[in-house]
Amino acid sequence: MATPPGGPSSGDWSYGPAQGSHDGSANRYNFPSAPSHRQPYAPQGPGPSPYDQPPAPRIQPVQPQRRPEPAPAASANNPLVRPYAMTGGRTRPRYQLAIEALVHTTAAPHQMQGQLPEHQRICNLCREIKSVAEISALLTIPLGVARILVADLAEAGLVAIHQPGGDENAGGQPDVTLLERVLSGLRKL
Amino acid sequence: MVAGGFGVGKTTFVGAVSEINPLRTEAVMTSASAGIDDLTHTGDKTTTTVAMDFGRITLDQDLILYLFGTPGQDRFWFMWDDLVRGAIGAIVLVDTRRLADCFPAVDYFENSGLPFVIALNGFDGNQPYQPDEVREALQIGPDTPIITTDARHRADAKSALITLVEHALMARLR
Repeated sequence: MATPPGGPSSGDWSYGPAQGSHDGSANRYNFPSAPSHRQPYAPQGPGPSPYDQPPAPRIQPVQPQRRPEPAPAASANNPLVRPYAMTGGRTRPRYQLAIEALVHTTAAPHQMQGQLPEHQRICNLCREIKSVAEISALLTIPLGVARILVADLAEAGLVAIHQPGGDENAGGQPDVTLLERVLSGLRKL
Repeated sequence: MVAGGFGVGKTTFVGAVSEINPLRTEAVMTSASAGIDDLTHTGDKTTTTVAMDFGRITLDQDLILYLFGTPGQDRFWFMWDDLVRGAIGAIVLVDTRRLADCFPAVDYFENSGLPFVIALNGFDGNQPYQPDEVREALQIGPDTPIITTDARHRADAKSALITLVEHALMARLR
């Protein structure tokens, strides 16, 4: 999904190499600049000098790219709505939707008035049952965003969601009955 | 799931049996700026798009099978983790001329415990190697089926899917 593992939209990992990360959150991204990567190098060196230099250049490719870009250029000539603007900046749905979960609109047309355009598009699409993946593909919205929007609609009672069945004991794997049905269905194709 | 190296025929395979033209869904990955920075205006590589092609087969009134081609870049393991949950199994497509391309997928499914079959995709209808030779080269155990297929043909793709579901069923009953 669009969410980096464990770190939602906060984006609070340190920009500056000097300030150091207080909670070590930068490690999640495997940046070479993360403190834990430096430490193993330190003791084994014959002298301090070779290991004093590398950190600075290695950090640079990551850092400078971020600052110049954001505000001024983007808002001026970008025709697209930022994906997460539709979600109010949220990058995680309220609950986890499977990519193949099926969505079916239950709302009556009059209930759609006043809803966000994206919500309306999803509801119109899902008059015929669709998976979360199809919603993402057919409406060309990123998967992570589609998940959030669908979860919103479900919470508002405008769509019904059929999460795929699965055997909880087997890590969500399909149960034997389902496999048998799939097998016989495939053979009949 | 349909996995395998870049250009091995995953989308072709999905398209051969899917009742719809394969669709593409995209997930936007970003370093940490989701919701803050502009994700679509990527002057630099702060975001990466992971594309996934998929198709569907309606097997019954209330039973739909989705076929997901895994993102080609095997560094996006988190997408695979997402797909594995609830998946019946995986078909690892192999181009025997580039055998090493399938290593990451084979390793991944061996580790995750998801049932998988190896399908040798014969390009131009050629199958230069026998399944047994590939089994030895890949060090695949005798329990994992290795079949030959032509990802362009519906009958072949369907038969590969049947082999996979049979294998998954056996694995569950064992």
